[in-house]
Amino acid sequence: MTKTKTKPHFSRKLLAIPYGLFLAFFVLIPLLIIVYYAFTDDNGKFTTEYVRLFFNDGGDGFFGFFKSYTFKTIMRSLFISTMSTLLCLFIAYPVAYIIAKCKLKNKSVLLLLFVVPMWINFVLRINALKELFVWMGTYNRSDTWNMINTIIGMVYDFLPFMILPIYTTIIKIDKSYLEAARDLGATGARAFVKVTLPLSKAGIISGVSMVFLPSMTNYVVSNYLTFRNVKIIGKLIDDYFMGDLWHDGSFIALVLLLFMFLITWLTGGFKEDSETVGTRGTALW
Amino acid sequence: MVKVKTVLKWLFITLILLFIYFPIIFLTVNSFNATDIIQGGWKGFSWSHYEYFFNWENEPIHVVLQTFLLAIVVAFLSTVLGTIGAIGIFYSKKRVNKSLSAINRIPIINAEVVTAISFALFVSFFSIDKSTYIPLVVGQMILCTPFVLLSVMPKLRQMDDNLYEAALDLGATPTKALFSVIIPQILPGIVAGFLLSITLSLDDYVITAYTKPDTFKTISTHIYGLDKNNTVGPKIKAAYWAFTALIFFAIVIVVIFANVVSYRKARSKKK
Repeated sequence: MTKTKTKPHFSRKLLAIPYGLFLAFFVLIPLLIIVYYAFTDDNGKFTTEYVRLFFNDGGDGFFGFFKSYTFKTIMRSLFISTMSTLLCLFIAYPVAYIIAKCKLKNKSVLLLLFVVPMWINFVLRINALKELFVWMGTYNRSDTWNMINTIIGMVYDFLPFMILPIYTTIIKIDKSYLEAARDLGATGARAFVKVTLPLSKAGIISGVSMVFLPSMTNYVVSNYLTFRNVKIIGKLIDDYFMGDLWHDGSFIALVLLLFMFLITWLTGGFKEDSETVGTRGTALW
Repeated sequence: MVKVKTVLKWLFITLILLFIYFPIIFLTVNSFNATDIIQGGWKGFSWSHYEYFFNWENEPIHVVLQTFLLAIVVAFLSTVLGTIGAIGIFYSKKRVNKSLSAINRIPIINAEVVTAISFALFVSFFSIDKSTYIPLVVGQMILCTPFVLLSVMPKLRQMDDNLYEAALDLGATPTKALFSVIIPQILPGIVAGFLLSITLSLDDYVITAYTKPDTFKTISTHIYGLDKNNTVGPKIKAAYWAFTALIFFAIVIVVIFANVVSYRKARSKKK
């Protein structure tokens, strides 16, 4: 009895081994290699030189960092990603809300309209946007336009990742809560602020975390739409690696990695049932 | 008052849809323009970009086909690995389950450029030859497999595990029970994971750029490369307008089809 019970369980558990090894070899070890490169020199000796370079390439002293190229790039990236995330949120929330609350029978088809452009290759989509900017004459016209175009590009690319999680949480809200609020005398606006908004918080967090980090690092968008004139942190890393400066690049990648862990930890993305990471999946299908 | 609100609502939705679709429609219109310089305006209707795209002697069609081939290979391998992994992790002890699920999330949340360079460093550290295509395929699998896991996992949770036990009690071997009981129940998740992997692989630029053999091109790297040296191939660029338009038409058909299906469903429910 015990034998036939334990044996099948045992064999099914073993199925985790190949993927476990895959993750260990191709995800964990590469991350350790980044750490290794960030703290060693060309001879493989331990050094904090690249930490110093990261913080000090703008000049001497502690405040040198704030004048450095790296710092400026980080600030620029943060500005772009904050603006893109806010814009996405202000567009996506109303869109998700209107679709979720509308009385149409085929809501899902309406939703599909917002998602389906993602079936076009992402570089092709960005290329379409670029050709439009060229035609309108705003392509690489000035620094301001380059910034605006980058942000438009990020919003254009990541909007569905914001719409979907918010839509999913709004549609799940139990209507009786809203009815109860209205019965107790709340106005429509008050009921929205007190009931719908707090209950859709999970969707907002999920959407924000799916847009914020990619719009700091997706250098294909910023490069392509600005004739390589707007540099973001992702491009900085790419430049270092293309210029064979692996150690410098690794340290910045490490900083970015820690930043990613921080954001994920703050938004609860590592929790078992968090919806954060499923977004991209549900986004397409 | 209420009516004004409704009008404003749909106006907003229309505006956002316009924002999403205008660049694509703009490109689609220009794919029939007899010029490859858009600023020049309309120079008359022409199939020339489509002819260039479908001409076997030109590069784009080959790039598109090899991109799709790569996507199918990567998606197949990712789906097999991810499905097996999901089943294994699902039946593992809680601690193993939790830690593997957490590691599975790293490539999903991580910035793609960090995933790409970390794997590129791994490839050079162990001097793996890029021209074997192994780094490219494995690199894209790092991107796709976690999503396969995420699509299969919910289906495993919904599954009725008693059926598996019953199959064993009725004398099926564990392997047979796995294939004839578990797999059919989680099939929708597997299919979703496969399709998602295909789109992820087709879309990818960063990982591909860091791991591909030097002469190999995908749609993403080809177009991005054209931008880098503007002297090469305005014709190639225009051929990709035609390709974009073709996908756009396919999408329109799919949406219309989805609309018809959901309309029919709604009608048959009424009856």
